[in-house]
Amino acid sequence: MEIIQDNFEKSEFLVNRRVFSDKEILARERAEIFSKCWLFIGHETEIPEIGDYKRKKVGGRNLLFVRSHDGEVRALFNTCPHRGALVCREDSGNSRVFRCFYHAWSFKNDGELVGMPGKDGFPEDFNDEGTKNMKAVNRLESYRGFMFVNFDDNAISLEEYLGNAKEYIDLVVDQSEHGMEALGGVQQYSVRANWKLLAENSVDLYHGMPTHKTYFDIKQAQDPNLKRVRLEGRGISLGNGHSVIEYEAPWGRPVAQWTPIWDDDFKKVMEKMKQRLTERFGEERANRIANFNRNIVIFPNLVINDIMAVTARTFYPTSPGYMEVQGYALAPKGESEKHRLARNNNFLEFLGPGGFATPDDNEALELCQEAYNNNAEVQWNDISKGMVRGEENALATDELQMRSFWRHYNTIIQQSLEKEVAHQ
Amino acid sequence: MTVKTVERQDVVDFLYTEAKILDEWRLKEWAALFTDDGTYIVPPIGNPEAEPTTSLYYIHDNRTRLQDRAERLLKKEAHVEYPHSTTTRNYHNILVGDLDADVITVECNFTTHRTKREVVDTFIGKLKYELVIENDRLAIKHKKVVLNLDSLRPQGKISLIL
Repeated sequence: MEIIQDNFEKSEFLVNRRVFSDKEILARERAEIFSKCWLFIGHETEIPEIGDYKRKKVGGRNLLFVRSHDGEVRALFNTCPHRGALVCREDSGNSRVFRCFYHAWSFKNDGELVGMPGKDGFPEDFNDEGTKNMKAVNRLESYRGFMFVNFDDNAISLEEYLGNAKEYIDLVVDQSEHGMEALGGVQQYSVRANWKLLAENSVDLYHGMPTHKTYFDIKQAQDPNLKRVRLEGRGISLGNGHSVIEYEAPWGRPVAQWTPIWDDDFKKVMEKMKQRLTERFGEERANRIANFNRNIVIFPNLVINDIMAVTARTFYPTSPGYMEVQGYALAPKGESEKHRLARNNNFLEFLGPGGFATPDDNEALELCQEAYNNNAEVQWNDISKGMVRGEENALATDELQMRSFWRHYNTIIQQSLEKEVAHQ
Repeated sequence: MTVKTVERQDVVDFLYTEAKILDEWRLKEWAALFTDDGTYIVPPIGNPEAEPTTSLYYIHDNRTRLQDRAERLLKKEAHVEYPHSTTTRNYHNILVGDLDADVITVECNFTTHRTKREVVDTFIGKLKYELVIENDRLAIKHKKVVLNLDSLRPQGKISLIL
Protein backbone atom coordinates (compact mmCIF):
# COMPACT_ATOMS: atom_id res chain seq x y z
CA MET A 1 0.00 0.00 0.00
CA GLU A 2 1.28 3.40 -0.96
CA ILE A 3 0.72 5.75 1.99
CA ILE A 4 2.08 8.99 0.58
CA GLN A 5 3.20 10.35 -2.78
CA ASP A 6 5.99 12.82 -2.18
CA ASN A 7 6.72 14.35 -5.55
CA PHE A 8 9.21 17.23 -5.37
CA GLU A 9 9.40 17.55 -9.14
CA LYS A 10 5.69 18.28 -9.35
CA SER A 11 5.59 20.04 -5.96
CA GLU A 12 2.82 17.67 -5.04
CA PHE A 13 2.28 15.77 -1.80
CA LEU A 14 -0.55 13.26 -1.46
CA VAL A 15 -1.80 11.15 1.43
CA ASN A 16 -3.75 7.96 0.88
CA ARG A 17 -7.17 8.40 2.51
CA ARG A 18 -7.20 4.75 3.55
CA VAL A 19 -5.02 5.68 6.53
CA PHE A 20 -8.05 7.39 8.05
CA SER A 21 -10.50 4.55 7.75
CA ASP A 22 -8.60 1.26 7.66
CA LYS A 23 -8.67 -1.01 10.75
CA GLU A 24 -5.44 -2.75 9.77
CA ILE A 25 -3.68 0.57 9.64
CA LEU A 26 -4.96 1.35 13.12
CA ALA A 27 -3.58 -1.97 14.39
CA ARG A 28 -0.19 -1.03 12.95
CA GLU A 29 -0.38 2.41 14.52
CA ARG A 30 -1.06 0.82 17.89
CA ALA A 31 1.90 -1.52 17.55
CA GLU A 32 4.45 0.77 15.92
CA ILE A 33 3.44 4.25 17.06
CA PHE A 34 1.44 4.10 20.28
CA SER A 35 3.67 1.35 21.69
CA LYS A 36 7.00 2.85 20.66
CA CYS A 37 6.81 6.65 20.61
CA TRP A 38 6.95 8.97 23.60
CA LEU A 39 3.40 9.80 24.65
CA PHE A 40 2.36 12.72 26.87
CA ILE A 41 0.86 11.53 30.15
CA GLY A 42 0.45 14.84 31.96
CA HIS A 43 2.05 17.85 33.55
CA GLU A 44 4.08 17.49 36.74
CA THR A 45 1.94 20.14 38.47
CA GLU A 46 -1.14 17.93 38.22
CA ILE A 47 0.24 15.85 41.10
CA PRO A 48 2.26 18.29 43.20
CA GLU A 49 2.10 16.54 46.60
CA ILE A 50 3.31 13.12 47.70
CA GLY A 51 0.40 10.70 47.34
CA ASP A 52 -1.36 12.78 44.66
CA TYR A 53 -2.64 10.69 41.80
CA LYS A 54 -4.68 10.99 38.64
CA ARG A 55 -6.01 8.30 36.39
CA LYS A 56 -4.86 8.71 32.79
CA LYS A 57 -5.57 6.92 29.57
CA VAL A 58 -2.41 6.96 27.49
CA GLY A 59 -1.88 5.05 24.28
CA GLY A 60 -4.99 3.03 25.06
CA ARG A 61 -3.66 1.91 28.46
CA ASN A 62 -5.24 2.67 31.84
CA LEU A 63 -2.54 4.32 33.89
CA LEU A 64 -2.25 5.75 37.35
CA PHE A 65 -0.10 8.88 37.31
CA VAL A 66 1.12 9.13 40.89
CA ARG A 67 3.67 10.90 43.05
CA SER A 68 4.81 8.04 45.26
CA HIS A 69 5.94 8.18 48.92
CA ASP A 70 9.57 8.53 47.82
CA GLY A 71 8.72 11.67 45.81
CA GLU A 72 9.18 9.91 42.45
CA VAL A 73 6.49 10.28 39.84
CA ARG A 74 5.39 6.92 38.48
CA ALA A 75 2.97 5.67 35.89
CA LEU A 76 1.46 2.44 37.19
CA PHE A 77 -0.61 0.19 35.00
CA ASN A 78 -3.97 0.42 36.74
CA THR A 79 -4.60 -3.31 36.83
CA CYS A 80 -4.38 -5.75 39.72
CA PRO A 81 -1.55 -8.28 39.31
CA HIS A 82 -3.92 -10.86 40.81
CA ARG A 83 -6.90 -11.03 38.44
CA GLY A 84 -6.62 -7.85 36.51
CA ALA A 85 -9.36 -5.61 37.88
CA LEU A 86 -8.90 -1.87 37.72
CA VAL A 87 -7.38 -1.08 41.11
CA CYS A 88 -8.02 2.63 41.47
CA ARG A 89 -11.51 3.78 40.55
CA GLU A 90 -11.39 7.42 41.58
CA ASP A 91 -10.33 9.84 38.87
CA SER A 92 -7.96 11.69 41.16
CA GLY A 93 -7.06 12.09 44.79
CA ASN A 94 -4.35 11.54 47.35
CA SER A 95 -3.61 8.18 48.88
CA ARG A 96 -0.84 6.16 50.50
CA VAL A 97 -2.30 2.89 49.33
CA PHE A 98 -4.43 1.61 46.50
CA ARG A 99 -6.68 -1.33 47.23
CA CYS A 100 -8.29 -3.58 44.67
CA PHE A 101 -11.84 -4.16 45.89
CA TYR A 102 -12.19 -7.60 44.23
CA HIS A 103 -9.98 -9.66 46.61
CA ALA A 104 -8.66 -6.75 48.68
CA TRP A 105 -5.03 -6.86 47.60
CA SER A 106 -3.37 -3.62 48.71
CA PHE A 107 -0.48 -1.72 47.20
CA LYS A 108 1.66 1.17 48.34
CA ASN A 109 1.50 4.20 46.10
CA ASP A 110 4.68 3.04 44.37
CA GLY A 111 2.89 -0.18 43.41
CA GLU A 112 4.41 -2.53 45.99
CA LEU A 113 2.08 -5.25 47.25
CA VAL A 114 1.64 -4.77 51.01
CA GLY A 115 -1.15 -7.09 51.90
CA MET A 116 -3.83 -9.49 50.90
CA PRO A 117 -6.32 -11.60 52.87
CA GLY A 118 -5.47 -15.29 53.38
CA LYS A 119 -1.72 -14.87 53.28
CA ASP A 120 -1.20 -18.43 54.54
CA GLY A 121 -2.40 -19.71 51.19
CA PHE A 122 0.65 -18.30 49.43
CA PRO A 123 4.34 -19.24 49.75
CA GLU A 124 6.56 -16.91 51.78
CA ASP A 125 8.63 -15.90 48.77
CA PHE A 126 5.48 -15.31 46.71
CA ASN A 127 6.44 -11.73 45.75
CA ASP A 128 10.21 -11.88 46.12
CA GLU A 129 10.63 -11.05 42.47
CA GLY A 130 8.13 -8.22 42.63
CA THR A 131 5.88 -9.77 40.03
CA LYS A 132 2.86 -9.28 42.30
CA ASN A 133 3.38 -5.54 42.57
CA MET A 134 1.40 -3.19 40.40
CA LYS A 135 3.57 -2.85 37.35
CA ALA A 136 5.01 0.55 36.49
CA VAL A 137 5.76 1.83 33.00
CA ASN A 138 9.55 1.49 32.84
CA ARG A 139 10.11 4.61 30.82
CA LEU A 140 8.73 7.85 32.22
CA GLU A 141 10.68 11.01 31.48
CA SER A 142 10.06 14.69 31.80
CA TYR A 143 10.98 17.77 29.85
CA ARG A 144 10.36 21.09 31.61
CA GLY A 145 7.31 19.80 33.41
CA PHE A 146 5.79 17.90 30.50
CA MET A 147 5.84 14.21 31.38
CA PHE A 148 5.86 11.41 28.84
CA VAL A 149 5.79 7.62 28.93
CA ASN A 150 7.12 5.13 26.43
CA PHE A 151 6.01 1.49 26.41
CA ASP A 152 9.16 0.47 24.54
CA ASP A 153 11.95 -0.17 27.05
CA ASN A 154 14.56 0.31 24.32
CA ALA A 155 13.32 3.70 23.14
CA ILE A 156 15.77 6.58 22.79
CA SER A 157 15.64 9.14 25.61
CA LEU A 158 12.84 11.71 25.66
CA GLU A 159 15.32 14.56 25.16
CA GLU A 160 16.77 12.92 22.10
CA TYR A 161 13.28 12.15 20.82
CA LEU A 162 12.09 15.75 21.24
CA GLY A 163 15.26 17.02 19.58
CA ASN A 164 14.65 20.35 17.85
CA ALA A 165 11.16 20.59 19.38
CA LYS A 166 12.77 21.43 22.74
CA GLU A 167 13.57 24.94 21.52
CA TYR A 168 9.88 25.64 21.01
CA ILE A 169 8.77 24.05 24.27
CA ASP A 170 11.38 26.30 25.91
CA LEU A 171 9.80 29.37 24.32
CA VAL A 172 6.46 28.39 25.82
CA VAL A 173 7.81 27.62 29.28
CA ASP A 174 10.18 30.61 29.42
CA GLN A 175 7.25 33.01 29.49
CA SER A 176 7.10 32.27 33.21
CA GLU A 177 9.90 32.82 35.68
CA HIS A 178 8.33 30.38 38.11
CA GLY A 179 7.36 27.61 35.72
CA MET A 180 4.03 26.72 34.18
CA GLU A 181 1.15 24.90 35.83
CA ALA A 182 -1.74 22.87 34.50
CA LEU A 183 -5.18 24.16 35.44
CA GLY A 184 -7.78 21.85 36.95
CA GLY A 185 -10.66 20.65 34.82
CA VAL A 186 -8.84 18.94 31.95
CA GLN A 187 -11.39 18.92 29.14
CA GLN A 188 -12.34 15.38 28.18
CA TYR A 189 -14.03 15.28 24.82
CA SER A 190 -14.04 13.40 21.56
CA VAL A 191 -14.24 13.81 17.83
CA ARG A 192 -15.88 11.39 15.44
CA ALA A 193 -12.87 11.45 13.16
CA ASN A 194 -9.47 9.89 12.71
CA TRP A 195 -6.83 11.05 15.21
CA LYS A 196 -4.36 12.15 12.53
CA LEU A 197 -6.84 14.75 11.32
CA LEU A 198 -6.52 16.54 14.66
CA ALA A 199 -2.72 16.43 14.49
CA GLU A 200 -3.00 18.13 11.08
CA ASN A 201 -5.69 20.59 12.13
CA SER A 202 -3.80 21.76 15.22
CA VAL A 203 -0.90 23.10 13.15
CA ASP A 204 -2.96 24.20 10.16
CA LEU A 205 -3.08 27.95 9.73
CA TYR A 206 -4.43 27.73 6.19
CA HIS A 207 -7.89 26.88 7.54
CA GLY A 208 -7.86 29.76 10.03
CA MET A 209 -9.84 32.35 8.11
CA PRO A 210 -12.43 30.22 6.30
CA THR A 211 -13.15 27.93 9.24
CA HIS A 212 -12.97 30.53 12.00
CA LYS A 213 -14.35 33.61 10.30
CA THR A 214 -16.93 34.09 13.07
CA TYR A 215 -14.14 34.27 15.65
CA PHE A 216 -12.21 36.87 13.67
CA ASP A 217 -15.42 38.85 13.17
CA ILE A 218 -15.83 39.03 16.94
CA LYS A 219 -12.18 39.98 17.50
CA GLN A 220 -12.42 42.73 14.91
CA ALA A 221 -15.56 44.12 16.49
CA GLN A 222 -13.74 44.23 19.86
CA ASP A 223 -10.72 45.98 18.40
CA PRO A 224 -11.32 48.03 15.26
CA ASN A 225 -7.56 48.56 15.03
CA LEU A 226 -6.86 44.85 15.03
CA LYS A 227 -3.91 44.34 12.76
CA ARG A 228 -4.96 43.18 9.37
CA VAL A 229 -4.98 39.49 10.03
CA ARG A 230 -1.97 38.45 8.00
CA LEU A 231 -0.84 35.54 10.14
CA GLU A 232 2.69 35.98 8.82
CA GLY A 233 5.33 33.53 9.87
CA ARG A 234 7.10 30.30 9.14
CA GLY A 235 6.41 26.60 9.08
CA ILE A 236 9.32 24.48 10.29
CA SER A 237 9.98 20.77 10.28
CA LEU A 238 11.65 19.75 13.56
CA GLY A 239 12.56 16.15 12.76
CA ASN A 240 11.14 12.89 14.18
CA GLY A 241 7.74 13.93 12.83
CA HIS A 242 7.56 17.03 15.04
CA SER A 243 6.87 20.42 13.53
CA VAL A 244 5.85 23.96 14.36
CA ILE A 245 4.34 27.07 12.90
CA GLU A 246 5.48 30.36 14.39
CA TYR A 247 3.70 33.55 13.34
CA GLU A 248 2.75 37.05 14.43
CA ALA A 249 -0.14 37.04 16.88
CA PRO A 250 -3.01 39.18 15.62
CA TRP A 251 -4.75 39.05 19.01
CA GLY A 252 -3.93 39.84 22.62
CA ARG A 253 -1.61 37.41 24.38
CA PRO A 254 -1.53 37.19 28.17
CA VAL A 255 2.28 37.13 27.82
CA ALA A 256 2.67 39.97 26.86
CA GLN A 257 0.74 41.54 24.01
CA TRP A 258 -1.93 43.98 25.07
CA THR A 259 -5.23 44.44 23.24
CA PRO A 260 -7.88 47.16 23.78
CA ILE A 261 -10.34 44.73 25.40
CA TRP A 262 -8.00 44.94 28.40
CA ASP A 263 -7.73 48.08 30.56
CA ASP A 264 -4.87 50.56 30.78
CA ASP A 265 -3.58 49.15 34.05
CA PHE A 266 -3.20 45.88 32.29
CA LYS A 267 -1.29 47.62 29.53
CA LYS A 268 1.26 48.75 32.10
CA VAL A 269 1.48 45.25 33.55
CA MET A 270 2.17 43.88 30.11
CA GLU A 271 4.79 46.50 29.32
CA LYS A 272 6.58 45.59 32.52
CA MET A 273 6.31 41.95 31.70
CA LYS A 274 7.78 42.51 28.27
CA GLN A 275 10.59 44.54 29.78
CA ARG A 276 11.39 41.74 32.18
CA LEU A 277 11.42 39.23 29.32
CA THR A 278 13.86 41.49 27.47
CA GLU A 279 16.11 41.59 30.54
CA ARG A 280 16.04 37.85 30.79
CA PHE A 281 16.38 36.90 27.16
CA GLY A 282 17.30 39.93 25.03
CA GLU A 283 14.97 41.74 22.69
CA GLU A 284 14.65 39.22 19.90
CA ARG A 285 13.73 36.27 22.08
CA ALA A 286 11.46 38.45 24.22
CA ASN A 287 9.60 39.43 21.05
CA ARG A 288 9.20 35.83 20.03
CA ILE A 289 7.90 34.85 23.45
CA ALA A 290 5.48 37.77 23.73
CA ASN A 291 4.29 38.60 20.24
CA PHE A 292 4.42 35.35 18.30
CA ASN A 293 2.15 32.35 18.34
CA ARG A 294 3.43 28.82 18.22
CA ASN A 295 1.48 25.73 17.24
CA ILE A 296 3.65 22.73 17.95
CA VAL A 297 2.92 19.10 17.15
CA ILE A 298 5.03 16.51 18.95
CA PHE A 299 4.70 13.25 17.06
CA PRO A 300 2.43 11.44 17.30
CA ASN A 301 -0.32 12.93 19.45
CA LEU A 302 0.70 15.92 21.52
CA VAL A 303 -0.12 19.44 20.46
CA ILE A 304 1.12 22.45 22.40
CA ASN A 305 -0.47 25.64 21.15
CA ASP A 306 0.80 28.91 22.55
CA ILE A 307 -1.75 31.20 20.93
CA MET A 308 -4.26 33.48 22.73
CA ALA A 309 -3.60 31.21 25.73
CA VAL A 310 -1.61 28.02 26.13
CA THR A 311 -3.24 24.68 25.55
CA ALA A 312 -1.89 21.17 25.32
CA ARG A 313 -4.00 18.47 23.79
CA THR A 314 -3.45 14.80 23.38
CA PHE A 315 -5.66 12.30 21.61
CA TYR A 316 -5.99 8.60 20.98
CA PRO A 317 -8.03 6.57 18.50
CA THR A 318 -10.44 3.98 19.89
CA SER A 319 -11.41 3.22 16.29
CA PRO A 320 -10.35 4.63 12.91
CA GLY A 321 -13.24 7.10 12.98
CA TYR A 322 -13.27 8.14 16.64
CA MET A 323 -10.75 9.73 18.96
CA GLU A 324 -10.72 10.66 22.62
CA VAL A 325 -9.20 14.06 23.30
CA GLN A 326 -7.81 15.57 26.48
CA GLY A 327 -7.46 19.35 26.48
CA TYR A 328 -5.29 21.12 29.05
CA ALA A 329 -4.82 24.78 29.87
CA LEU A 330 -1.36 25.81 31.03
CA ALA A 331 -0.49 29.09 32.69
CA PRO A 332 2.39 30.72 34.55
CA LYS A 333 2.50 29.84 38.23
CA GLY A 334 1.76 32.73 40.52
CA GLU A 335 -0.16 34.75 37.94
CA SER A 336 -2.47 37.39 39.48
CA GLU A 337 -6.15 36.56 39.64
CA LYS A 338 -7.06 39.31 37.19
CA HIS A 339 -4.42 38.19 34.74
CA ARG A 340 -5.48 34.58 35.02
CA LEU A 341 -9.12 35.45 34.36
CA ALA A 342 -8.12 37.46 31.28
CA ARG A 343 -6.07 34.51 30.10
CA ASN A 344 -8.89 32.04 30.68
CA ASN A 345 -11.37 34.33 28.93
CA ASN A 346 -9.02 34.40 25.96
CA PHE A 347 -8.79 30.62 26.07
CA LEU A 348 -12.52 29.99 26.26
CA GLU A 349 -13.36 32.45 23.52
CA PHE A 350 -11.53 30.32 20.97
CA LEU A 351 -10.60 26.98 22.48
CA GLY A 352 -12.27 23.92 23.86
CA PRO A 353 -15.63 22.24 23.31
CA GLY A 354 -17.52 25.39 24.31
CA GLY A 355 -15.30 27.88 22.45
CA PHE A 356 -16.12 29.83 19.31
CA ALA A 357 -13.58 27.91 17.19
CA THR A 358 -12.83 24.38 18.38
CA PRO A 359 -16.37 23.08 17.67
CA ASP A 360 -16.03 24.25 14.06
CA ASP A 361 -12.74 22.35 13.79
CA ASN A 362 -14.49 19.33 15.22
CA GLU A 363 -17.15 19.68 12.51
CA ALA A 364 -14.55 20.01 9.73
CA LEU A 365 -12.82 16.84 10.89
CA GLU A 366 -16.09 14.94 11.12
CA LEU A 367 -17.08 16.00 7.62
CA CYS A 368 -13.72 14.73 6.32
CA GLN A 369 -14.28 11.43 8.07
CA GLU A 370 -17.81 11.10 6.75
CA ALA A 371 -16.72 11.79 3.19
CA TYR A 372 -13.94 9.18 3.38
CA ASN A 373 -16.75 6.78 2.57
CA ASN A 374 -15.73 7.67 -0.97
CA ASN A 375 -12.18 6.39 -0.51
CA ALA A 376 -12.52 3.55 -2.99
CA GLU A 377 -13.00 6.02 -5.82
CA VAL A 378 -11.44 9.22 -4.46
CA GLN A 379 -8.19 8.15 -2.91
CA TRP A 380 -5.84 11.01 -2.13
CA ASN A 381 -5.64 14.04 0.15
CA ASP A 382 -3.59 16.95 -1.11
CA ILE A 383 -1.03 18.45 1.30
CA SER A 384 1.07 20.33 -1.27
CA LYS A 385 0.66 23.94 -0.22
CA GLY A 386 3.98 25.78 -0.18
CA MET A 387 6.02 22.92 -1.63
CA VAL A 388 6.54 25.02 -4.71
CA ARG A 389 8.40 27.56 -2.55
CA GLY A 390 10.89 24.92 -1.37
CA GLU A 391 10.60 23.37 2.08
CA GLU A 392 13.16 25.78 3.57
CA ASN A 393 10.93 28.74 2.73
CA ALA A 394 7.61 27.44 4.01
CA LEU A 395 5.16 29.98 5.35
CA ALA A 396 3.09 29.40 8.47
CA THR A 397 0.03 29.19 6.22
CA ASP A 398 1.66 26.43 4.13
CA GLU A 399 1.47 22.72 4.81
CA LEU A 400 5.09 21.77 5.41
CA GLN A 401 4.39 21.02 9.05
CA MET A 402 1.83 18.40 7.99
CA ARG A 403 4.12 16.92 5.36
CA SER A 404 6.77 16.49 8.01
CA PHE A 405 4.27 14.56 10.16
CA TRP A 406 3.30 12.38 7.22
CA ARG A 407 6.85 11.69 6.06
CA HIS A 408 7.72 10.37 9.50
CA TYR A 409 4.46 8.46 9.75
CA ASN A 410 5.09 6.92 6.35
CA THR A 411 8.56 5.70 7.37
CA ILE A 412 7.13 3.94 10.43
CA ILE A 413 4.13 2.34 8.76
CA GLN A 414 6.04 1.33 5.61
CA GLN A 415 8.63 -0.44 7.77
CA SER A 416 5.80 -2.25 9.48
CA LEU A 417 4.30 -3.30 6.16
CA GLU A 418 7.69 -4.48 4.86
CA LYS A 419 8.40 -6.47 8.01
CA GLU A 420 5.24 -8.40 7.40
CA VAL A 421 6.12 -9.10 3.77
CA ALA A 422 9.53 -10.39 4.93
CA HIS A 423 7.80 -12.77 7.37
CA GLN A 424 5.57 -14.28 4.73
CA MET B 1 -44.69 51.80 41.36
CA THR B 2 -46.45 48.50 41.65
CA VAL B 3 -44.46 45.36 41.32
CA LYS B 4 -46.36 42.51 39.82
CA THR B 5 -46.41 39.47 42.05
CA VAL B 6 -44.66 36.51 40.58
CA GLU B 7 -46.26 33.12 41.02
CA ARG B 8 -44.48 29.79 40.82
CA GLN B 9 -46.28 29.13 37.55
CA ASP B 10 -44.81 32.31 36.04
CA VAL B 11 -41.32 31.03 36.78
CA VAL B 12 -42.07 27.61 35.33
CA ASP B 13 -43.54 29.18 32.21
CA PHE B 14 -40.50 31.41 31.91
CA LEU B 15 -38.19 28.39 31.92
CA TYR B 16 -40.30 26.50 29.39
CA THR B 17 -40.35 29.58 27.21
CA GLU B 18 -36.58 29.81 27.34
CA ALA B 19 -36.34 26.15 26.26
CA LYS B 20 -38.75 26.79 23.41
CA ILE B 21 -36.85 29.88 22.25
CA LEU B 22 -33.64 27.85 22.16
CA ASP B 23 -35.26 24.92 20.36
CA GLU B 24 -36.59 27.34 17.76
CA TRP B 25 -33.17 28.95 17.29
CA ARG B 26 -34.47 32.41 18.31
CA LEU B 27 -31.10 33.03 19.86
CA LYS B 28 -31.18 36.82 19.93
CA GLU B 29 -34.39 36.57 21.93
CA TRP B 30 -32.58 34.18 24.24
CA ALA B 31 -29.80 36.69 24.87
CA ALA B 32 -32.45 39.34 25.51
CA LEU B 33 -33.78 37.28 28.43
CA PHE B 34 -30.65 38.25 30.38
CA THR B 35 -30.08 41.31 32.53
CA ASP B 36 -27.38 43.76 31.46
CA ASP B 37 -24.98 42.07 33.86
CA GLY B 38 -26.22 38.56 33.06
CA THR B 39 -23.83 35.63 32.97
CA TYR B 40 -23.93 32.11 31.51
CA ILE B 41 -21.47 29.46 32.67
CA VAL B 42 -20.68 25.77 32.26
CA PRO B 43 -18.18 24.68 34.92
CA PRO B 44 -15.86 21.69 34.55
CA ILE B 45 -17.52 18.29 34.74
CA GLY B 46 -17.39 16.86 38.25
CA ASN B 47 -16.38 20.16 39.87
CA PRO B 48 -19.28 22.61 39.55
CA GLU B 49 -17.94 24.89 42.30
CA ALA B 50 -14.46 25.16 40.77
CA GLU B 51 -12.72 28.55 40.77
CA PRO B 52 -12.57 29.94 37.25
CA THR B 53 -8.99 31.04 37.92
CA THR B 54 -7.58 27.67 38.90
CA SER B 55 -9.83 25.46 36.78
CA LEU B 56 -10.75 25.47 33.16
CA TYR B 57 -14.46 26.02 32.57
CA TYR B 58 -16.20 24.99 29.36
CA ILE B 59 -18.06 28.28 29.14
CA HIS B 60 -17.67 31.40 31.27
CA ASP B 61 -19.65 34.09 29.44
CA ASN B 62 -20.25 37.61 30.60
CA ARG B 63 -23.17 39.52 29.06
CA THR B 64 -21.17 40.59 25.98
CA ARG B 65 -19.91 37.13 25.26
CA LEU B 66 -23.25 35.41 25.63
CA GLN B 67 -24.59 37.90 23.10
CA ASP B 68 -21.62 37.09 20.82
CA ARG B 69 -22.35 33.40 21.32
CA ALA B 70 -26.00 33.80 20.33
CA GLU B 71 -25.21 35.92 17.29
CA ARG B 72 -22.35 33.71 16.13
CA LEU B 73 -24.54 30.62 16.12
CA LEU B 74 -26.96 32.31 13.74
CA LYS B 75 -24.28 32.84 11.12
CA LYS B 76 -23.78 30.46 8.26
CA GLU B 77 -20.07 30.40 9.09
CA ALA B 78 -20.75 28.87 12.51
CA HIS B 79 -20.11 25.65 10.65
CA VAL B 80 -20.79 23.26 13.49
CA GLU B 81 -24.38 24.46 13.65
CA TYR B 82 -24.92 24.99 9.96
CA PRO B 83 -27.30 23.68 8.87
CA HIS B 84 -28.82 24.06 12.32
CA SER B 85 -29.10 20.93 14.38
CA THR B 86 -32.50 19.88 15.66
CA THR B 87 -32.88 20.08 19.39
CA THR B 88 -35.35 19.05 22.06
CA ARG B 89 -34.95 20.51 25.50
CA ASN B 90 -36.80 19.00 28.44
CA TYR B 91 -36.76 20.61 31.87
CA HIS B 92 -37.89 18.54 34.85
CA ASN B 93 -37.98 18.57 38.65
CA ILE B 94 -38.27 22.32 38.75
CA LEU B 95 -37.69 23.74 42.21
CA VAL B 96 -38.46 27.40 42.69
CA GLY B 97 -36.93 29.23 45.65
CA ASP B 98 -38.33 32.17 47.61
CA LEU B 99 -40.52 34.23 45.29
CA ASP B 100 -40.25 37.31 47.49
CA ALA B 101 -36.48 37.41 47.43
CA ASP B 102 -34.69 40.04 45.33
CA VAL B 103 -33.08 37.22 43.42
CA ILE B 104 -35.22 34.17 42.83
CA THR B 105 -33.21 30.98 42.64
CA VAL B 106 -34.52 28.15 40.53
CA GLU B 107 -33.04 24.78 39.73
CA CYS B 108 -34.16 21.99 37.48
CA ASN B 109 -32.87 18.90 35.75
CA PHE B 110 -32.53 18.97 32.01
CA THR B 111 -32.08 16.62 29.09
CA THR B 112 -31.22 18.20 25.80
CA HIS B 113 -31.18 16.06 22.69
CA ARG B 114 -29.37 17.28 19.61
CA THR B 115 -29.53 15.55 16.28
CA LYS B 116 -27.53 16.34 13.19
CA ARG B 117 -26.33 14.17 10.33
CA GLU B 118 -28.31 11.27 11.83
CA VAL B 119 -26.35 11.30 15.07
CA VAL B 120 -28.24 11.98 18.29
CA ASP B 121 -26.33 13.35 21.24
CA THR B 122 -27.81 13.91 24.67
CA PHE B 123 -26.72 16.36 27.33
CA ILE B 124 -27.90 15.69 30.87
CA GLY B 125 -27.55 17.80 33.97
CA LYS B 126 -28.86 20.48 36.22
CA LEU B 127 -29.67 24.11 35.45
CA LYS B 128 -29.33 26.70 38.17
CA TYR B 129 -30.85 30.11 37.62
CA GLU B 130 -30.83 33.39 39.40
CA LEU B 131 -33.83 35.37 38.19
CA VAL B 132 -34.83 38.95 38.88
CA ILE B 133 -37.84 41.05 38.01
CA GLU B 134 -36.94 43.80 35.61
CA ASN B 135 -39.51 46.09 33.98
CA ASP B 136 -42.27 43.84 35.29
CA ARG B 137 -40.72 40.83 33.58
CA LEU B 138 -38.56 37.99 34.73
CA ALA B 139 -34.96 38.19 33.56
CA ILE B 140 -31.95 35.89 33.94
CA LYS B 141 -29.15 37.29 36.05
CA HIS B 142 -27.16 34.08 36.11
CA LYS B 143 -27.49 30.70 34.44
CA LYS B 144 -25.25 27.84 35.42
CA VAL B 145 -25.23 24.51 33.62
CA VAL B 146 -23.96 21.60 35.70
CA LEU B 147 -23.33 18.67 33.39
CA ASN B 148 -24.12 15.31 34.96
CA LEU B 149 -21.86 13.42 32.60
CA ASP B 150 -18.49 11.69 32.97
CA SER B 151 -17.01 13.51 30.01
CA LEU B 152 -18.06 15.12 26.74
CA ARG B 153 -17.88 11.76 24.99
CA PRO B 154 -19.36 11.05 22.62
CA GLN B 155 -20.93 14.53 22.32
CA GLY B 156 -17.51 16.07 21.68
CA LYS B 157 -18.57 19.69 21.96
CA ILE B 158 -21.03 22.14 23.47
CA SER B 159 -21.89 23.93 20.27
CA LEU B 160 -25.44 24.50 21.46
CA ILE B 161 -26.58 26.82 24.16
CA LEU B 162 -27.53 24.47 26.96
